[in-house]
Amino acid sequence: MATAPATIPIYPTEKAGHSGFEYFSTRKDELVGWARKFSLFPYPFVTACCAMEFMAVSSTPYDTDRFGAALPRFSPRQSDLLMVVGTVTHKQAPILLKVYEQMCEPKWVMAFGACATSGGFYQNYAAVAGIDKIIPVDIYVPGCPPRPETVIDAIMKLQARIAGDHHPILTDKF
Amino acid sequence: MNKETLSPALSQGRGGNAAIANPIRPAFDAHDEPGSVVVSIGPSHPATHGTIQVIAALDGERVKRVDVHCGYLHRGFEKECEAHTWHNLIPYVDRLNYCSGLINNFAYCEAVEKLMGIEMTPRCRYLRTLLSEYSRIADHLTCIAASLMELGAMTPFLYLVMIRDYIYEHLAALTGARVTYTYGRIGGLARDLPEGWLARLSEILDQYQDFIGRVHGLMDRNRIFIDRTRNVGAITAAEAIHWGITGPILRSSGAPRDLRKDTPYLAYAELDFDVPVGINGDNYDRYYVRMREMDESVYMIRQLMEMLPEGPINVDDRRCTFPEKTLVYSEIESLINHFKLVMDGPSVPAGEVYFSHEAPNGELGFYLVSDGSGTPYKVHVRSPSFVHMGGLARLLEGYQLADIIPTFGSVNMIGGECDR
Amino acid sequence: MNVPLPVPLPPALEVAAAEVLATARALKAQGCFDLLIDVTAVDWPQRTPRFDVVYHFYSTATFARVRVKTRVTESDPTVDSLVPLYGSALFMERECHEMYGITFRGHPDLRPILLYEGFEGHPLRKDYPIGREQPLVKFIK
Repeated sequence: MATAPATIPIYPTEKAGHSGFEYFSTRKDELVGWARKFSLFPYPFVTACCAMEFMAVSSTPYDTDRFGAALPRFSPRQSDLLMVVGTVTHKQAPILLKVYEQMCEPKWVMAFGACATSGGFYQNYAAVAGIDKIIPVDIYVPGCPPRPETVIDAIMKLQARIAGDHHPILTDKF
Repeated sequence: MNKETLSPALSQGRGGNAAIANPIRPAFDAHDEPGSVVVSIGPSHPATHGTIQVIAALDGERVKRVDVHCGYLHRGFEKECEAHTWHNLIPYVDRLNYCSGLINNFAYCEAVEKLMGIEMTPRCRYLRTLLSEYSRIADHLTCIAASLMELGAMTPFLYLVMIRDYIYEHLAALTGARVTYTYGRIGGLARDLPEGWLARLSEILDQYQDFIGRVHGLMDRNRIFIDRTRNVGAITAAEAIHWGITGPILRSSGAPRDLRKDTPYLAYAELDFDVPVGINGDNYDRYYVRMREMDESVYMIRQLMEMLPEGPINVDDRRCTFPEKTLVYSEIESLINHFKLVMDGPSVPAGEVYFSHEAPNGELGFYLVSDGSGTPYKVHVRSPSFVHMGGLARLLEGYQLADIIPTFGSVNMIGGECDR
Repeated sequence: MNVPLPVPLPPALEVAAAEVLATARALKAQGCFDLLIDVTAVDWPQRTPRFDVVYHFYSTATFARVRVKTRVTESDPTVDSLVPLYGSALFMERECHEMYGITFRGHPDLRPILLYEGFEGHPLRKDYPIGREQPLVKFIK
């Protein structure tokens, strides 16, 4: 007896608004996403050993410049990617929060290294067990310290996310 | 980032109006220094290499008074050491002066070996000396590259960081990691040199000599560099010793004090090398002393490559050396030995020891107190950077605001070592 | 107070807490110990007096080293500060104070150096639990 072939049920999607507007808004998001992903201005919030790999990834042969993410901006007002490089201790936490809050939208946060991701192996009274306890994080880079290739992979993943993100620029819907 | 994804705690109350705690209490504020502007340089600053806060009272461009705050990278190293075995804490030791991770490893391991009464094998001794000098080159490269970049010289930064990257990849071929190696072991080293390692070492040293010639050509007699660094941040030898300063800063002020020459350890007694000494103790001398020390290190490495004997790298002592894996899987005694070493740690006899190495920043010492078990009772690091921060005010006061960064760069404060 | 130093100088000296400054002065003057390498403390909670304060000195002239130890009680953990003799004592004694609670009489500025304002307790004492965090910023997670 032949069984009926398995089918994937198809449900009609809910229309989320005027289809012409959606098309235009999606194209606008793609354009803005493309521009934003290839012109990241990192704020290197550098604290510890990961700084060595941060210096290495900014120089030859790894070079973040070819991803558009090389020019650091040391003012939070002028940067959009907060790279928290190294351990953040409880003493440093207020400074991190202040810098994060001074940055304008859109902003992304990269937790660079094991200490920024989860506290690393410093699980004690002094270190914050991961900066996501204090500020929201977009991308976590594992490693102690991460190899430069890992950092570049993280930047590329972040760029893919930015490209597909919703970018409201004129109002909070568009 | 969408506002909707922020948690409620973040999007309300913690915005710009919520007060954020100030973790420090400055020694002075604007009321104590009338007629001057008080600025805070750091702790998140592009040019201070490491998290440090310098609160400066300025009279125009001149720095009148300085209050240095460190501790922003205090990660609880000493407390963590009391909770781990003598072996398990080697990765923590690496992350002290992270620019020269191997020297921290070897200084700690040798201190434990002194406490246990172990003498390392000849091959281990020469190899540790060679790798210490290799790490010293990497540290000085980082320090000089970063401080030159802060003065605006981007080209030497890129040259020196390129050589440093070759060193990192080369050490990754030996130890498995680029920056924090965890290669030293109590009683020896983690593994022996792979095939072709010494040949590549020779290539890297040749490339180093080519590139360092270029940096010398760009900086040594550069009018702008001399104007910015000569007679800036000067200190005399007597004052430096009063403030506990050792290492290149003390040598730049004229005192030829170097633990490798004065109280030789490892294989330094058998090597032929000079101790470069400066004249004024200013930023230029510190730059030049480090450049010359790198050349001396290269010379020492070449001598050590000739002198390296064959033989085992780990001392044959059950108390600390892990047995061969093949034996662990076949003999019960080796299995128990391995188990005990991993679970309880090597049993170090009760007592205390202070042992120091000449790290790239100065005297790096370990004061270990043991109560006879496999876990240390106390591990204290005498870190050169921390002591130098005490003397930093002396180097900054009286000079200009723009001199703070180059002076600070030439002192080479490494946060992991200063704050531990 | 003139404290006579034993001749030849042993690698470690045990002195009373009141004699620390005089011993350091004698070491600096007679033994040429011009570099104060380290100031730290060790906590022995089962023992009275509880703390050992440990000093390390080095002579840049003779390359000799000496360790000076003294004992202080938990109820009065006070010792004279070496700041009048050695500038390096400034930061090192601040660290010893905040980590163990040892008070250095005569130190101009005993503010926390590695820890922050508002931190309660002395972390390197054996009775301070390693995981007791005192956050300054409210956690969102």
